[in-house]
Amino acid sequence: MSSVVNDTKIPNNVNLSADKRLQRALEEWQPDFIKWWMEMGPEGFQTDDVYLRTAVSVDHEGWAHFDYVKMPDYRWGIFLTEPEANRAIGFGDEFGKPVWQQVPGEHRNTLRRLIVTQGDTEPASVEQQRLLGLTCPSLYDLRNLFQVNVEEGRHLWAMVYLLHSYFGRDGREEAEALLERRSGDPDKPRILTTFNEPCDNWLSFFMFTFFTDRDGKYQLLALAESAFDPLARTTRFMLTEEAHHMFVGETGVLRVVQRACELTKLDPNGDARAQGGIDLNTIQRYMNFWFSSSLGLFGGEVSSNAASFFASGLKGRAKEEQYEDHLALTATMAIPHVKEGRIVDENVPLRMAMNEVLRDDYVADCQRGVDKWNRAIKEAGVDFTLTLPHRRFNREVGLYAGLHFDPQGNLITADEWNARKHEWLPTEADRAYVKSLMTKPVYEPGKMAHWIAPPKQGIKGRPVDFEYVRHPAQ
Amino acid sequence: MEHTAPETPVRFETSPEQYRHWRLEFPTVAGCAPGSVARIVMDVVEEGGMRPGYVLKLNSYDLGVDIELADTIQRIRFEHPAVRAVVVTSGKDRIFCSGANIYMLGSSTHPFKVNFCKYTNETRLYLEELSEASGIPVLAALNGTASGGGYELAVACDEILLQDDGNSAVSLPEAPLLAVLPGTGGLTRVTDKRKVRRDLADVFSTLAEGVRGRRAIEWRLVDEVASRSRFDAAVSARLAKLVARAARNATGEGMHLAPLTPTRTENRTEYRYVTVAIDPARALAEITLKAPDAPQAETSEGLRAAGCAQWNVAAWRELDDALLDLRFNHLNIGLLVLRTVGDGESVRAADRALLKLVDEGDWLAREVLLLRKRVLKRLDLSAKSLFALIEPGSAFAGSFFEIALAADRVFMRDEDGTAIGLSPMNFGPLPMPNGLTRLATRFLYDPSIVTKLQGEGDLLDAGDALKRGLVTFAPDPIDWDDEVRVAIEERTSLSPDAMTGMEANLRFAGPETMETKIFGRLSAWQNWIFQRPNAVGPRGALTMYGRPERAVFDHRRT
Repeated sequence: MSSVVNDTKIPNNVNLSADKRLQRALEEWQPDFIKWWMEMGPEGFQTDDVYLRTAVSVDHEGWAHFDYVKMPDYRWGIFLTEPEANRAIGFGDEFGKPVWQQVPGEHRNTLRRLIVTQGDTEPASVEQQRLLGLTCPSLYDLRNLFQVNVEEGRHLWAMVYLLHSYFGRDGREEAEALLERRSGDPDKPRILTTFNEPCDNWLSFFMFTFFTDRDGKYQLLALAESAFDPLARTTRFMLTEEAHHMFVGETGVLRVVQRACELTKLDPNGDARAQGGIDLNTIQRYMNFWFSSSLGLFGGEVSSNAASFFASGLKGRAKEEQYEDHLALTATMAIPHVKEGRIVDENVPLRMAMNEVLRDDYVADCQRGVDKWNRAIKEAGVDFTLTLPHRRFNREVGLYAGLHFDPQGNLITADEWNARKHEWLPTEADRAYVKSLMTKPVYEPGKMAHWIAPPKQGIKGRPVDFEYVRHPAQ
Repeated sequence: MEHTAPETPVRFETSPEQYRHWRLEFPTVAGCAPGSVARIVMDVVEEGGMRPGYVLKLNSYDLGVDIELADTIQRIRFEHPAVRAVVVTSGKDRIFCSGANIYMLGSSTHPFKVNFCKYTNETRLYLEELSEASGIPVLAALNGTASGGGYELAVACDEILLQDDGNSAVSLPEAPLLAVLPGTGGLTRVTDKRKVRRDLADVFSTLAEGVRGRRAIEWRLVDEVASRSRFDAAVSARLAKLVARAARNATGEGMHLAPLTPTRTENRTEYRYVTVAIDPARALAEITLKAPDAPQAETSEGLRAAGCAQWNVAAWRELDDALLDLRFNHLNIGLLVLRTVGDGESVRAADRALLKLVDEGDWLAREVLLLRKRVLKRLDLSAKSLFALIEPGSAFAGSFFEIALAADRVFMRDEDGTAIGLSPMNFGPLPMPNGLTRLATRFLYDPSIVTKLQGEGDLLDAGDALKRGLVTFAPDPIDWDDEVRVAIEERTSLSPDAMTGMEANLRFAGPETMETKIFGRLSAWQNWIFQRPNAVGPRGALTMYGRPERAVFDHRRT
């Protein structure tokens, strides 16, 4: 069992002090990270005390410590789950052989690319969300935002640790580049499109943490199976933290939905907007956008890269142990293709369809959250059902890109799409309206913005009206 | 999936109105005169493949895409005199070109792959010739990743500008991804043209993801990088400099290249000046070229007035089209029998008139000459045995004698009325890929022979031609039929592979040039690798590409 060292510059359970070269490299990278955090991290709150959890060990019980901390002083550390004795490769051509503790030369470039692509999303989301604090609906939500932000920062550290440890000079250069790209910057954009989309209001933030961070969860689940053991162990621990991000998204949207229901019922015409809230139709359109945009992050439905990642043991399926056939050599998956204006299933070798396998799990997981929202709507006595759009809807990546589908997945013409897309996706007016609700922050402990319901409970046994962020009065 | 013969014949004629994958534009560029810049934009239609079975994703190309590129270059030369610089770019965001389509290659026969690579190589060389010989420099504006054949297209340009966005890279991923080599001269141009250090070239050529940003400049892989927001300005700045230094100074109208209108029947194609007769039973094709039947233009005005129907242009375009047809659509034809008919003196007169206009600085005359040079190189590079037959009534003089000189063997009938003749065209304007004239290559052992031949103004009969080494055999009329028949039968009985290799060795004596290196290495290394189990065997990398299993290599090396 590796011991946790918390009294050094970089808390870790990887015995960093025994590897002077690596320690020096990370200590050199640290000031650049802090510089990036000050420049691109949450704007306007860097000197505030924030009630945050900090990872201090990898024990299931008590892995985190909760206390006030100023974000730049947050102790971003390196934690890998404990090694599993005699772990064997769980899938692909190398099935059953011992996992790798070093990067095989054959897979060095591919693995580095996978790690860089995953790593790039972490700082990207912090950048996307950096102005949100200025319009927070409550101190509780502000704290959750910052919790997500610092942990995305820690996930960046986790990926940078791998790059520094296992990828030599190239790895160090990639680690620097992770701090140089900027979300939405046309000159040095983040790698994936979704991570360059603006996330400039809290409805988008909740949708982002629900839908887009959930893609992250599934990517991490797939990487947690990797034959490259340090990557598997790193991502397994990241998943522990990721659960909170899912929680922020799911309960965030839930509270907006609850409030929408309250205001709908309050209004004589059943119009939540007339009562200064966000109506369920708008929520549906935001859902449609973020769900479809996040689906693209899984990659093409038929992908030779996905096949090759699986074959070589780099990236598996989420919870690979649930499957019986870990070679996936003979099985196929029916994938709907568009042929001459009709949708027909084509059987694709399963390995080529690994992105779709992961997307299947993701869609089911999203549906579970949506079901909870719908229960709340029903309990409130409002006649409305939120529906995930079909996975073919509004896609920019994969088989369905460049074609048009309605939210039910029916193929439609470009004219029909243009005539009706305002019904399905947030319009300029929607965005302007949502933003108009969020012009002023709510800094009073326990108070909520008008458009959102309070949470059921606070954080770590603290009450909802706890001062989660000590922000000086304006 | 494998097709042995093309289901429908490949045709090489196109025109801008028919392009599906490229746009030829004449944008306004700051600092450049209107019309002085031609922008050719690659915007490949995914579903627009020449054959079913593959999708042209990410601006990948097949032969159909390259035919349009070749046509564009030709038209810039002839039809757009105002153009002084060309920029090649992509109509897609974040991707310049990802090279030849892998699924297309994977589903193609070996002969098709070889023919495809050769054709695309010829097109890349035309791009370089556009700069070197026509004085129209070319900029590659990489507004996204250029991988494999995409980067090879870029290195065929004079300058490379790469978008610096943290993602866009240049790469040659063929070896690590597909276990083959870059097939369009990429490796040769990286070391010989861009002069990338060999060890860095080694790293570059095994790094599937390629090289981006500053490192791409440091390694000499590109000339400049520019951020997305500065990219258009950087393109304009480079174009302004290219236009300023462009050697082309063309005025007046261009020459429209109308479609060729051959009459095709099953085994015969008749153009205006060229006839191809296929003899499947004997595995040969007889190509007959007609000499001019009217005097060719002596003045610039005349040259323009005569248009593309004149012999100067038409005969050579027709021969070009016929050669491509034979390469792609007649794989079983191993031998080309080359004949000419008409008055050899009319060829020599046409040669002198054209060269006079070229000397006077007529840009169009120069293009007409360069066309001839390219077509003759295509003949040199055709992987078919070439026998020239010189008989009474033939016109093997000047430019037409180059066709005999391109042949592997020349048979001249020793009979009255059979003559050959030389013109200034045989002494410089029409070099081979090795940079030498066909005569200089032929008489490599004694250059003074070429000097002496320059004084031969008269027509030469078979005896004289044989004595001077200008023909291989000169049978008399009694022996002729049998000699020729036996030579042909013998030739077509030999292994076509061995003949292809042997001819490619023997034709290009003398110095290596980038061009001979590219084709030599293509026919030797690439075509060898294309046949090997590590690429195309049941578990080869090219076979496995896009399939669920990974390649398995036979690791033995010599």
